[in-house]
Amino acid sequence: MALDTVGIATNSPDTQQPWRELGLKEDEYQRIREILNRRPTSSELAMYSVMWSEHCSYKSSKVHLRQFGEKAPKSDALLVGIGENAGVVDVGQGYAVTFKVESHNHPSFIEPYQGAATGVGGIVRDILTMGARPVAILDPLRFGPADAPDTKRVLPGVIAGIGGYGNCIGVPTVGGEVIFDKSYLGNPLVNALCVGVMKHEDIKLAKASGAGNLVVLFGAKTGGDGIGGVSVLASETFSEKKPTKRPAVQVGDPFTEKVLIECSLEIFKEDLVVGIQDLGGAGLSCATSELASAGTGGMRIELDRVPLRDANLSPEEILMSESQERMCAIVPPAKIDRFLEICKKWDVVATVIGEVTSGEHLEITWHGELIVDVPPRTVAHDGPVYNRPYKRPENQGDLCADAAENLPRPTGEAELAEAILKLISSPNMADKTWITEQYDKYVQGNTVAAGPSDAAVIRIDEESFLGVAVATDCNGRFCKLDPYQGTQLALAEAFRNVAVTGAKPLAITNCLNFGSPEDPGVMWQFAESVRALADGALEMGLPVTGGNVSFYNQTGDVAIVPTPVIGILGVIDDVRKAISYRFTGEKELILLGETLEELSGGEWADGCGHLGGIPPRVNLQKEIVLADFIHAQRDYIAAAHDLSDGGLAVALIEMLLQSKTGATVSIHGDPFMHLFSESSGRILIAVSSEDSNYVVGKAADAGITTTRLGKSGGENLEISGVLSLSMLHLQEANQRTIPALFNA
Amino acid sequence: MARVIVDVVLKDEILDPQGDAISRALPRMGFSFTPTAVRQGKSFILSLDHAPSASELKEIENAAATLLSNPVIETFTIRVEN
Repeated sequence: MALDTVGIATNSPDTQQPWRELGLKEDEYQRIREILNRRPTSSELAMYSVMWSEHCSYKSSKVHLRQFGEKAPKSDALLVGIGENAGVVDVGQGYAVTFKVESHNHPSFIEPYQGAATGVGGIVRDILTMGARPVAILDPLRFGPADAPDTKRVLPGVIAGIGGYGNCIGVPTVGGEVIFDKSYLGNPLVNALCVGVMKHEDIKLAKASGAGNLVVLFGAKTGGDGIGGVSVLASETFSEKKPTKRPAVQVGDPFTEKVLIECSLEIFKEDLVVGIQDLGGAGLSCATSELASAGTGGMRIELDRVPLRDANLSPEEILMSESQERMCAIVPPAKIDRFLEICKKWDVVATVIGEVTSGEHLEITWHGELIVDVPPRTVAHDGPVYNRPYKRPENQGDLCADAAENLPRPTGEAELAEAILKLISSPNMADKTWITEQYDKYVQGNTVAAGPSDAAVIRIDEESFLGVAVATDCNGRFCKLDPYQGTQLALAEAFRNVAVTGAKPLAITNCLNFGSPEDPGVMWQFAESVRALADGALEMGLPVTGGNVSFYNQTGDVAIVPTPVIGILGVIDDVRKAISYRFTGEKELILLGETLEELSGGEWADGCGHLGGIPPRVNLQKEIVLADFIHAQRDYIAAAHDLSDGGLAVALIEMLLQSKTGATVSIHGDPFMHLFSESSGRILIAVSSEDSNYVVGKAADAGITTTRLGKSGGENLEISGVLSLSMLHLQEANQRTIPALFNA
Repeated sequence: MARVIVDVVLKDEILDPQGDAISRALPRMGFSFTPTAVRQGKSFILSLDHAPSASELKEIENAAATLLSNPVIETFTIRVEN
């Protein structure tokens, strides 16, 4: 086997290298040569190619993402911001919470079960790396049409993968979204959000400092997982007896992850590490170069010490491997014995693979031969930055002119009743219990509210009543019609979903799923979306604590509808006061907020197969007023439910189904418009009759429009003078769809 | 009477957590032999009242590739017992 060393690279400048096959552009390859002042070794080429990929370097998005820093609102809550593995916010009483979303879209399309499972595993390790115990998982999911054959392949696998992994590691899966749209056929979105809890003093950072400190790799052994791309390199350099195909599919082992979580938390508790990083995308290449560049820069690694599952792996492959359930820690020599002792107790393989040096280079050797000698910053942070051209698509004007408000509408009792039944039985609006019951929602014993709920509510730990509420949202159709407004609508909806529980929204995370950045139209959507989120965050005074960008979500030339999933985390001082959308006894139903004629991009229009027009207006100030109102009046509010997809019709029916009652309501004006409009800034609340005058008065004082809809009770939904539907009939329509589609 | 047996195992390069667990359990349970690796899989036994024809075997192979195994991460072998 010919090993490509730094010595050989220096003496053979003209050796042809497969940079193009590794996804590098010619000028990028030339830049690597300039940085090193020689050609890279094949190991260095592997590291640069993967670290300078879109996924790791954010090369197309960086110029836009800077706005999150430039427009950042002043926030006392933010303890750790963008740039670390996950952002951390102060939730009071000495506790801190970290949360982040990541995408695992493409792997989940190839192999739904393992793709989704390893997506969960990856985000859980990101959270663990901050020093936190992972306490909750939410999964925003998007699939192709519910009745498409490929959705029947992908969805059950993804759900089982999330459930299987999450249930095995003992972290509850408490929420998320399941949305169907034809643009996701061939490119489902599998995003995973994890929440972790720690004390302020337990926060850990990914940083390798202190010459002489040891670099320890612990967790699973390294195999050939996820190194599909680099196999061209291996086959060029180490041809003969290697298998030609290396798996791109990573298989997760949740029981190893569970042990790794407990082992790491015990190590943190005894304060044995000065820095820590999980191994995710780009594996050791990423972990070593990021740890080194966050410290003083110097690090020496003996790559042949890495414990292998497959003894035939080449050094290039070991650097690129994305084997799951691995962590890399920086441990002072005085603490290494105790560190290894704890790993032994948990049956976790731990190996010292190198040390921090006083130099400025990351040096990697293979059986004594120097194969990597690079300034780590050039690998981890100084990748290419593209200012890609962006332009509003030419047909955007036509799209916006084709408003859903002009579609023929149902009139009369029979047509309206049919439209309501169609809406609540549509795959997007249908009851998702078939999915959520596959998840363990209550493990750890701190779940206060889990899907179906507006937001998940989790108690911080059993010593306290302090809790957090988390929600994720995005209507990609709104974003297609207007990416700026659509993104702010997603922000407003996630904010409102957290607010209706009575929590105070505190911080934002995001997972920006878009098509190809090389398409100026897609890049325009992305630029507008980021601008909207940065503006919105500033206006609401909420920090963006981190996020993830996923590009190239498309089938052929057709991009997905832009899907910037927004996650909001709020804090609730006493989880016993959390509000759900279920009430008991007879209550008065009151609508907060104003209903306008806004149907474009909504669920009714989607049911008509229509996409066009301008999405609903958004007013972030009004959202803040509503949130403050719910928080202030929470003792008087029996139940609260956000109005968004499907408007009042869906919110009302969901609240009544949850509360197992009917209602008699009256609607003034066009009943269709009031039932189906998706105007933002609206919340449905249920209040005891004796409190209703007080609550309506307080709302008026706050400048909130109120509509007294009527009273709960009976077995039917009666809309006076318009229609009457039995709740049993509605329930059957709402609950039948998903099992009928996906029960094998 | 014939039996067509389809053996499905994970591809060599794919992580096999269950096989690894068996590997670790062997010494713990006092077995003295130590395999360098354990790979586990599953068997499907299809009983026929006649020896399968070439076209039937072809169909079984098709079923093995599309239903009985996940071709992304697994391989299979087919054997016939008469």
